[in-house]
Amino acid sequence: MEITMKPSIKRMKTVESVFDPSLKKVPKIDLQGVKVWYDDFMAIKGIDMTIKQNSITAFIGPSGCGKSTFLRLINRMNDYVDGFKMEGKIKIDGDNIYKKKVNVEELRKKIGMVFQKPNPFPKSIFDNVAYGLKIQGIKDKQFIKERVVSSLKQVALWDEVKDDLKKSGMALSGGQQQRLCIARTLAVEPSIILMDEPTSSLDPISTAKIEDLIFQLKEKYTIVIVTHNMQQASRISDYTAFFYLGELIEYDKTKTIFTNPEKKQTENYITGRFG
Amino acid sequence: MFKFWGIFCTLIGVVLLVIFIGNIIIDGISRINWDFIIDLPSRKPENSGIYTALMGSIWILLLTTVIAFPVGVAAGIYLEEYSKKNKLSGLLEINISNLAGVPSIIYGLLGLEVFVRIMGLGPSVLAGSLTLSLLILPIVIVATREAIKAVPSSIKDASYALGASKWQTIWHQILPASGGGILTGVILALSRAVGETAPLIVVGALAYVPFAPQGPLDEFSVLPIQIFNWISRPQAGFIENAAAAIIILLGITFIMNGVAVYFRNKWQKKWK
Amino acid sequence: MQKIKELVIERTLLASSLITIAVTIGIVLVLSIETFRFFGEVSIVDFFTDTQWTPLFTEKHFGILPLLSGTLLTSFIAILVALPIGLTISIYLSEYAPRSFRKTIKPLLELLASIPTVVYGFFALIVVTPFLQQIIPSLSGFNSLSAGIVMGIMIIPYISSISEDAMHAVPRSLREASFGMGATKLQTAFKVIVPAGSSGIIVSIILAISRAIGETMIVAIAAGQQPRLTLDPTVPVETITAYIVQVSLGDVQHGSLEYRTIFAAGITLFVFTFLLNTISYRIRKKYQEKYE
Repeated sequence: MEITMKPSIKRMKTVESVFDPSLKKVPKIDLQGVKVWYDDFMAIKGIDMTIKQNSITAFIGPSGCGKSTFLRLINRMNDYVDGFKMEGKIKIDGDNIYKKKVNVEELRKKIGMVFQKPNPFPKSIFDNVAYGLKIQGIKDKQFIKERVVSSLKQVALWDEVKDDLKKSGMALSGGQQQRLCIARTLAVEPSIILMDEPTSSLDPISTAKIEDLIFQLKEKYTIVIVTHNMQQASRISDYTAFFYLGELIEYDKTKTIFTNPEKKQTENYITGRFG
Repeated sequence: MFKFWGIFCTLIGVVLLVIFIGNIIIDGISRINWDFIIDLPSRKPENSGIYTALMGSIWILLLTTVIAFPVGVAAGIYLEEYSKKNKLSGLLEINISNLAGVPSIIYGLLGLEVFVRIMGLGPSVLAGSLTLSLLILPIVIVATREAIKAVPSSIKDASYALGASKWQTIWHQILPASGGGILTGVILALSRAVGETAPLIVVGALAYVPFAPQGPLDEFSVLPIQIFNWISRPQAGFIENAAAAIIILLGITFIMNGVAVYFRNKWQKKWK
Repeated sequence: MQKIKELVIERTLLASSLITIAVTIGIVLVLSIETFRFFGEVSIVDFFTDTQWTPLFTEKHFGILPLLSGTLLTSFIAILVALPIGLTISIYLSEYAPRSFRKTIKPLLELLASIPTVVYGFFALIVVTPFLQQIIPSLSGFNSLSAGIVMGIMIIPYISSISEDAMHAVPRSLREASFGMGATKLQTAFKVIVPAGSSGIIVSIILAISRAIGETMIVAIAAGQQPRLTLDPTVPVETITAYIVQVSLGDVQHGSLEYRTIFAAGITLFVFTFLLNTISYRIRKKYQEKYE
C-alpha cells in the first residue's frame, strides 16, 4: 500500500505535523493538486491535503471560498454541475476516485453525505432509511428491517418514531428530519461521511443533538464537515482547514488553529474580523 | 371606471360560457336517455344514437393513451434529466415549441399520408390514434418537463449521494415525486384529443359507421364527428341530437379537466 | 451490467425525444412532396395570382387567394374580438382583482379553452348567426362574422392567461416606484406594467393569431364552403382549413389533382403558422433571458 504523506503546498506547515505519528495508518482521503473550474471561473486554485481516518475534520471559511465545492469533490457530486472541470487526484485508500474506470455509484455507497437543509424523500420514514439498501438490490426484508432499526437507533431517532415508521419523512420536525437523513446515510454503512453545514437550518437544541451524534460517529467513520459556525468547528472537530478564495490557507489541529494560528488571515477570520 | 370595464370583460367570458351551456342543455337534454347512448346512427333523427361514435371515441382515447403517454413522458425525462446544453437540445426545444403550434389539421395530413397510405393502416382506429398521439405529444412532453422541474434538486442530490444511479434516481424518486403533475398534463392532453375533429376527418374517419370498432384496424367515427355530421343536416331533429351529443362530449371533457385539476391540487400540496 | 442497462435506457429516452424531430421532418416532407407534384400540374403563378379556387368544379381554377382571404378575414374578426377583451381581462386580473376573485375566475376562463371546437361551431351556427340576423337582416346563414366572433371568444383565454402571467412577472418594485411618484392605478397599469410585460403580451397575441388561422371546425361549420375573394363579413367564405375538411369528407382519389390540392393548401397554412410560432418563440426566449 502506498503511503502518501508528502508535504503540501508551500505556505503551510508540513502535513506530518498534523498527524499523530504514532498512528501509522493509511490516510483515508488524500487530495493532490486539486483545481476546479466552473466554465471560466476557477473555484479551487490548487489544493493538497490529507484527511485523517477516524477523525472529524472541519472546513471553515467565508461564503464562496470553495469549501463546499471541495467537499463535494470527495463523492463526485460536482459531476452533474454544468461547466464543471477538474484537475488533480483524489485518492481514497490510495485509489484515485477520478480515474476513468471508477464506478461512481459504488464510490458514493462508501461515502455518505448529509446536506445543508434536511432533504428527506417524500416517502415514509422506513422507506427513507431503506432506500439506499433497496437500490443496491437487497431484497431480504428481515435484513432491511434490522438495518433500518439499528440506523434509527444510532441517530437516537428510534424512540421518537418507532410507532409510526409509515409516516412521511417530511412530516417530522427539522431536527428529526436531519437525523433521519443521517440515519439514511448510515444505513448503507459508508466509511466516510461528508456533512455540508448540517445544522445551519436547525434550532440550537436540534443542533446540539446532531453535534453529539457526530461526535459519537467519529469512532466508526471518517467525518468531514463544512461549517459556518466557529464554535461548532472548535467544539466537535479534531482538525480544521481554513479556506479562502479557492485556496487552503491553513490546516492544522483544531486546537492550534483556534489558539495559535500561523496565518494572519486565519486569525482575522476566527476572531470575526472578516467573513 | 376601468375597474368596471375590467369586471365586465372578465364576466362576459363566464356569462357566455353559461349561456352556451344553458342553451345546449335546453336544446338537447330531452333527447338524452339510455336509448340515445346505445342506439346506432340512423336516417331518422329520433332513432339515432351515439353508440358507434362513443365506442370510437373510447377506442381512440385508450390507444392514444397507450401510445402518447410512454413516448411523451420518456421524451420529457430525456430533455429534463439527460440532455446537456448543446445544439441538439436547443433544436429539440424549439422544435417541440413549434410542433405545439402546428394546426391540428396539418397533423391530419401527416397521418393521412404516413399512417393511412404509406403504412397501409387505412382509415382505422390505429391510424387515428397515432395521428392524435403525435398531436398531443408536445403537450405531454412540456407537462412532464414542468412536473420534473418542480421536484427539488435536494432530493436528487440525496439519492445520488446514497449511490443511486441516474435511472434509479429517476425511477424511485423523481417520477413518484412528479407523478401528479405528469398525470395532470397527460389527462389535459387526452381531453384535448377527445374533442379533436379535424385531423380525424382528414385521416378518413367516417361520419357514418354502422358498427362500433372491434379492433384497432377497424373503421370508426368519434363523438365530435358525429356531432359535426348532425349539425350539417337540415332537419331540426338532428340539431337536437347534436345538442344532446354535445352535452355528453362536454360531460366527458369537463370530467377529465376536473380530474386533472384534482390531481394538480393534490400534487401541489405535497410540496408546500 | 448496470452500466449497460443505464445506457439502453438513456438511448431509449433519446429515441423518444427524437420522434418529435421525425414528426417535423415528416410534416415538411409530406407537405412538400405532394405540393411539388401539385405544381407539376398547376402553374405556381396561377396559384398565387388567380382569384378563383374551384378545384372540385369542371372548370378548375387554383388560386389560393380566396382561401387565404377567407382565413385572414375570419382570423381578423376573431382577433378584433379577443384582443381588447383578453387584454382587459389580463390587466384587470393582474392589477385590480382581489386574489380570491382571480382564483375562481381563472379556471373558468381556462374552461373556455378546453371546450371542443365542434361545440363552438354549433354555437356559432345555431345561436350566434340567428341572433345577428335580427340585427343585420342581410346576414347569410353562413358568414365569416359569427364564425369570427365565436372564434374570438374561444381564443380570449389564450391572450388573457399568457398576458396576465407576463404582467404578473413584472417586479413589485416597478409598481411601487410608479405609485411613489403619485401615479394612479390606471396610469401605472398602462404606462408601466403593460410596457414592461409587452413581450409576453406580444407573444400571447401572436399565438392567438396562429391559433385562429389554424382553427378548423368553427369555420367549417359556420363560415360556409364558398371560396370567395372578399372582405364582406356577411357572406359565406371558405378558409384553407375548411377546404381541407370539405375535400376529406368527399370521395377523392389518392393521387388525383384534387387530393394534392389539400396538401398545397396545407403547406400555405403551415408556412404561416410556422413563421408566427418561430417569431413568438424568439421573443419568448429573449424575454426569459431578460428576467433571469
